[in-house]
Amino acid sequence: MLMGKLSELKSVIKGEMVDDTTRGQYEKSRRRKILFMLISGLALIVISMAVLGIGGIMISPLQVLETFLYKYFPGSFPPPEQAYYEVVIYGYRIPRILLGIMTGACLAVAGASMQGILKNPLADPFTLGLSSAASCGAGIGIVLGPMLFGSFYTTTYEFLGHYVSFQWIFMVLVAFMFGLASAMIIIMLTGKRAVSHSTLILTGVVVGYIFSAILSYLKYISDEAALKDLTLWLLGGMWGASWDAVVIVVPIGLIGIILMWRTAVDLNALSSGDDVAKNLGVKVSAVRKRIMILSALVTSACMAFTGIIGFVGLMAPHMVRMLIGNDNRYLIPASAIFGALILVSCDAIARYVIRPSELPVGIIMYLVGGVFFMFLIRKMRGGYDI
Amino acid sequence: MMLKVENLVQGYGGNIVLDGISFEVSTGEIVALLGPNGSGKSTIIKTVCDIMAPKSGSITIDGREVHDFDSSELAKVVSYVPQSSAAAVYTTVMDTVLVGRRPYIGWSYKNEDIEIAIDSMRKMNVESLSDKNVSELSGGQKQRVFLARSLAQDPDFFIFDEPTSALDLKFQMKTMISMRRIIKENGAGMLIALHDINLALNYTDKVIMIKDGKVLAFGDPKTTVTEDTIREVYGVDTEIIETKNGRYILPISPCDGEGGGF
Repeated sequence: MLMGKLSELKSVIKGEMVDDTTRGQYEKSRRRKILFMLISGLALIVISMAVLGIGGIMISPLQVLETFLYKYFPGSFPPPEQAYYEVVIYGYRIPRILLGIMTGACLAVAGASMQGILKNPLADPFTLGLSSAASCGAGIGIVLGPMLFGSFYTTTYEFLGHYVSFQWIFMVLVAFMFGLASAMIIIMLTGKRAVSHSTLILTGVVVGYIFSAILSYLKYISDEAALKDLTLWLLGGMWGASWDAVVIVVPIGLIGIILMWRTAVDLNALSSGDDVAKNLGVKVSAVRKRIMILSALVTSACMAFTGIIGFVGLMAPHMVRMLIGNDNRYLIPASAIFGALILVSCDAIARYVIRPSELPVGIIMYLVGGVFFMFLIRKMRGGYDI
Repeated sequence: MMLKVENLVQGYGGNIVLDGISFEVSTGEIVALLGPNGSGKSTIIKTVCDIMAPKSGSITIDGREVHDFDSSELAKVVSYVPQSSAAAVYTTVMDTVLVGRRPYIGWSYKNEDIEIAIDSMRKMNVESLSDKNVSELSGGQKQRVFLARSLAQDPDFFIFDEPTSALDLKFQMKTMISMRRIIKENGAGMLIALHDINLALNYTDKVIMIKDGKVLAFGDPKTTVTEDTIREVYGVDTEIIETKNGRYILPISPCDGEGGGF
């Protein structure tokens, strides 16, 4: 079975069926999509490795390589220049990059799928208020957690060889509850009748305001130390990265992404309109609910550790769509890779520009994403209907 | 096979649009739905496809309620093409037509699915556009792509809602001729809402004329579409002309006003 798939993949990549017939042209476009994914996957691996050395402590690529080699073959290679390089790379940079990859991938897939079910090019976890809701939940977790649970709040559990603190689990749960609440608002709004693209986005903005109001209240009442935490965390950054965060986010993110990817064929049918999709056997409202719930889940899991990171879910899917088209079977995994690429690269920039200090990556995303959003609005006058 | 609609009552909220509609469509025949705008043609079409649940009455295929079919199973039996549909951005003609194979596939398209999609594009004369994006096509080309998707769905009944109204005269006729051939060859049936009475007269086997949510007349177009029924349904005085090329409706004047204006 697997061997059959592999040999089929090999024949597609070699382009054995590409010719001038309609069939050959179809194979050609399939080959292009698969090659695109392989190349961008490779680019993600290369860039992730390349940015390992960037940050408050700059480590040259050669030194990164030496650290790796020394760790795995201590007998055959000399130790790196500084012994603490290993701690920096393994203790901080690798979990940070893994968290960046997962967050970028989750937001991009949630964005691509939400654009699919809502047929709205401007939909993503950020524009529809899921991010604000989830972060409001997480903020409530930060402020109320210690009051509610006292010393139990910092209890840790062992999971996959890491110690996961109860406070993280609590934050993810509260974030998810709030994310779900905003997802329900969107489901209710779009369930009965068609709403225009702009109404939906406006609703997202307003939902965002409501949750921001709750957050502002929290900021207002919280003490000095918590306030600083909350404010920094809201700007969106990868400081929360640690192996403990990775073992929570990666499983939730992977499961969410795979479950959304599995609806790809239904999402393709939905792009022909709800009625046609229904006639093609798609259970439209069930698919819509499933995607909104999964989006809320993956968004909340990531946001609990990273704070609000906007626009990845908008940029990655649109770039991929322009390059390989809207077939969700390819769009979803390719967007995941692109989202990861965007976030990992921007986070490296955030670590670089004012080193040895660093910027919250959220600021860079607002800037880049905001410009992209305007570009998209301009473009919508052409191909997209608003 | 037989698609049977009995005593269908349908509406939106408290507003009744269809009040006791009955008719049937057998495989091998083309049945046209005729009526002015707002007479409920689209509502009948959507209800027959189980997109809307009826308020009362029954819609059965070979005695089985459409609502009792599993959704993917029904998708292999009836295929719906709306009056107009949004074209997805960055989606090629080929991918759009392949979506019609959704009821038959799990995840990936087999050789057979791809061949059927190509064959469907050929029948609707859009094969040469296969790798173009649908959003870049003209209205008429788009509609032919959607008809090709419906062919790829390979149903027993084609249920079309004025699919030809966006097409040029030539393609309207070509579409009706192609669909007629496909229906006779494949032994499928077709229910089609039409705006143009002349198309109905010349290319269909039966017509249903809808007035005030009821069936005014149902049967062979030659005997059903008369100057009287047209006046009843459309409120227009006409003359039916027999020519060597067929029967045609010649509109004379609206029958409710003195000079005919508003």
